[in-house]
Amino acid sequence: MATFLGLDYPTWWFLLVGGVFSGYAILDGFDLGAGAWHLFFKKEQSRRIALNAVGPVWDGNEVWLVIGGGALFAGFPVVYATLFSAMYIPFMLFLAFLIFRAISIEFRSKEPMKWWRKMWDISYSVSSIMISLMLGVVLGNVLQGMPIGADHEFQGDWLEFINPYAILVGVTTVALFMMHGAIYLLLKTQGRLFAKLTILVKRGILFFVISFGLMTLYTMLYIPHLSNDFKSQPTLFIFPLIAFLSIANIPRLALKRRFRWAFIFSSLTIACLLSLVAIEVFPVLLRSSTDPAYDLTIYNSASSEKSMGIMLLIAAIGAPLVAAYTIFVYKTFAGKVELDETSY
Amino acid sequence: MDVEILARIQFAFTIAFHYIYPPLSIGLGLIMVIMEGMYLRTGNKVYEVMTRFWTKIFALTFGIGVATGIVMEFEFGTNWATYSRFVGDVFGSALAAEGIFAFALESGFLGVLLFGWNRVSPTVHFISTIGVWFGSMFSAVWIVIANSWQQTPAGFHIVGEGLEARAEITDFWAMVFNPSSMDRLLHVWVGAFLAGAFLILSVHAYYLLKNRHVELSRKAFKIALLVATIFSLTQLFLGHRSADGVAHNQPAKLAAFEGHFDSLSVAHLYILGWVNKEAQQTVGLKVPGGLTFLLHQDFETPIPGLKSFPENERPTALNAIFQFYHLMVAIGMFLIALTMYASYLWWRGRLFDKKWVLKLFVLVVLLPQLANQFGWYAAEMGRQPWVVYGLLRTENALSKAVTANQVLFSLIMFTFIYVVLFALFIYLLNKKIKHGPSEDPLIDQRHKQQEIADNFIQ
Ligand code: HDD
Ligand code: HEM
Ligand code: HEM
Repeated sequence: MATFLGLDYPTWWFLLVGGVFSGYAILDGFDLGAGAWHLFFKKEQSRRIALNAVGPVWDGNEVWLVIGGGALFAGFPVVYATLFSAMYIPFMLFLAFLIFRAISIEFRSKEPMKWWRKMWDISYSVSSIMISLMLGVVLGNVLQGMPIGADHEFQGDWLEFINPYAILVGVTTVALFMMHGAIYLLLKTQGRLFAKLTILVKRGILFFVISFGLMTLYTMLYIPHLSNDFKSQPTLFIFPLIAFLSIANIPRLALKRRFRWAFIFSSLTIACLLSLVAIEVFPVLLRSSTDPAYDLTIYNSASSEKSMGIMLLIAAIGAPLVAAYTIFVYKTFAGKVELDETSY
Repeated sequence: MDVEILARIQFAFTIAFHYIYPPLSIGLGLIMVIMEGMYLRTGNKVYEVMTRFWTKIFALTFGIGVATGIVMEFEFGTNWATYSRFVGDVFGSALAAEGIFAFALESGFLGVLLFGWNRVSPTVHFISTIGVWFGSMFSAVWIVIANSWQQTPAGFHIVGEGLEARAEITDFWAMVFNPSSMDRLLHVWVGAFLAGAFLILSVHAYYLLKNRHVELSRKAFKIALLVATIFSLTQLFLGHRSADGVAHNQPAKLAAFEGHFDSLSVAHLYILGWVNKEAQQTVGLKVPGGLTFLLHQDFETPIPGLKSFPENERPTALNAIFQFYHLMVAIGMFLIALTMYASYLWWRGRLFDKKWVLKLFVLVVLLPQLANQFGWYAAEMGRQPWVVYGLLRTENALSKAVTANQVLFSLIMFTFIYVVLFALFIYLLNKKIKHGPSEDPLIDQRHKQQEIADNFIQ
């Protein structure tokens, strides 16, 4: 197996796919979180400001999802095929809500009528919450494992995606994004809305800490296979440690009104939690609850070495370009939101 | 109904809907670049106003294009799991390249294009417009390459056997430049330019008829007419090249396009016709030996007809394929005639004198859209019964884990969502057009942005 800097291609590709999905969670996470809070803002002006805080960037953030999906297809086609056909209903709902979120942002400002705006406000907020929930539900199922047969096909019932653990992970995801989104909005707003957000952000943190605690407890009690790696390699505990420290740091920074740092730490939290997931599952991507021999690992589900090599090259050329545009856009729209004729 | 039919209907429906919007975005992008370029060159505000107006409509088509495109990306996995495993090694790289090179570029600059008019300098804005347009052009590149690979596979070998078999890349560039990819890519691009140009022609013809925004509309109409004329002609040439390619690589498809049944005989070219599948014959208005002539420049060389292929390797929806293909060609011919005539009027200085010509331009906006749709239907239905030509059959490409009810559920859901989406699109498009270009200047916010940027850097 060809290697690069000591790691084989499938491992590189695992890191890459994981990195892109983490990027997506951090970036679209704050859009989704901001959307989840949307109905808590009562004034028209506040809602507009909140929308315009994500206005110029949400579409670019969503591209991370598109790249992640493409990267998964390219690197691990077997996982792409099995996962998506197994989680058919949650993915279809996810797609439907993605559409509703997009059109709510686009269409809300196009008419002045009260009912029109209210309708899109509700649709925006509900779809932001549901998108986060579905992502979490799928993640929960991946962590827990699913009935996969020898032919790499899902053999469960189509309703199997609904189970307590998956829902718990889903709710935690919503909470995580809400905390993250509130902090983002604090960076982009001023005046009344800002004052209101300083209260909301505390509730967000509380919501997250509680649901995260429950989820961790459940994992320890019922899903032992997830913590095995840690028992055998205690040094890995550094990751949960960083995660806990950065979570604990957020309320402290929020209290001291150092929101930029709070935002950095909530991003770090997301990254750490996803790294935890990565360590827990590696090298298995989809766990078969039927028989460990049927697990889809990064080796038995990967593309050919040649194809992985080509794609790593593509990624190496593409990544700096993507980073460059992203920085350019965030620079152009840095600072607090100011409404003008081009705003939503 | 069984899963296969439902999954096919669902895929066809969702992609056909997606394909209403990207061609508009690609085509509008091209003309926005020209308009804004004119503004930078001449400094004439009219060009800026018109670019700003079309940017708003672009935002609308783009937004819906993105929303519906994401569905497509995941549908390969949800509905066509076996197919995804089979093609993943080859196809995945194209899709990944698309995400990195195209969508990121496009969405990155879109924010500046839409919201940056008064925040960045005109040159930076122009660069962003070009960036978005390039991004949309690239989006077409990789997906069309992927689709062309499944029409005419190249640069791969098969690993594994039976249902475990999958294609693996052996030569990346042979995959990219497979026999049909370049012809089809150009044909698709030009189809998109036409869709955009005719939308612009239609809207400005409408303003001219209503006597609104006259000066602006005359200028915009001329730009779009130039683009439309050049590319209508180009499209005939490119379409011919595609047909030539189909004759070599997918002879059964070509036979279906022309309703040509008899094995190895001279083939006719139909202007209009009707295919009777049971009787295995085609009737209609034809140029005898015309197809043979187009492909071989003589009237004698025989061409394999449908009967030369085993029953289970022929496309099935023969009449539909024939009609879609012929409608596309007919539309192409009509667009050439119309744009040539309008260009002639322009040359004689009478472009805006004839009311009926303007009225016609208001209406023909639908034709390039239809040609784009019909072209894909013909190309894709003509590929049946293969998903990957000669290698994987459609009936074997499904997700085994997915049941008919699940597909039906998603089909109903997307039908509902897309009907809503389409209604909103038409409503808002109409509203924007009624409102028209706004000539008020924007308040300059560049200094503010500068301060913010300075703060940010510190
Ligand atoms: C890269 C892949 C790809 C691309 C770019 C397209 N398609 Fe496609 N299409 C497929 C990949 C595909 C497929 C996954 O391979 C399908 C599903 C079932 C099948 O036989 O082919 C298919 C089927 C399919 C069918 C159904 C044919 C049948 O079942 O008889 C139609 C009408 C279209 N497509 C239409 C389109 C349109 C309007 C497109 C323009 C954007 C388009 N396709 C682009
Ligand atoms: C099955 C095939 C297809 C898939 C999987 C697909 C996927 C996608 C995705 C995921 C997006 C959203 C990207 C974003 O977030 O910015 C998108 C948008 C887009 N797609 Fe497609 N697409 C398909 C077919 C096509 C075809 C055939 C074309 C052009 C010829 C095309 C051109 C575009 C363009 C230009 C956009 C940007 C949005 C717009 O301009 O409307 N796509 N597509
Ligand atoms: C003028 C005469 C035209 C001819 C002879 C022609 C020929 C063809 C042929 C042979 C194909 C099938 C290619 C394949 O299956 O590989 C095709 C497909 C297609 N055509 Fe045309 N075409 C013409 C006009 C147009 C026009 C005016 C448009 C749109 C404005 C258009 C849009 C398309 C599209 C979108 C496809 C599907 C993509 C592809 O397979 O390339 N065509 N055309």
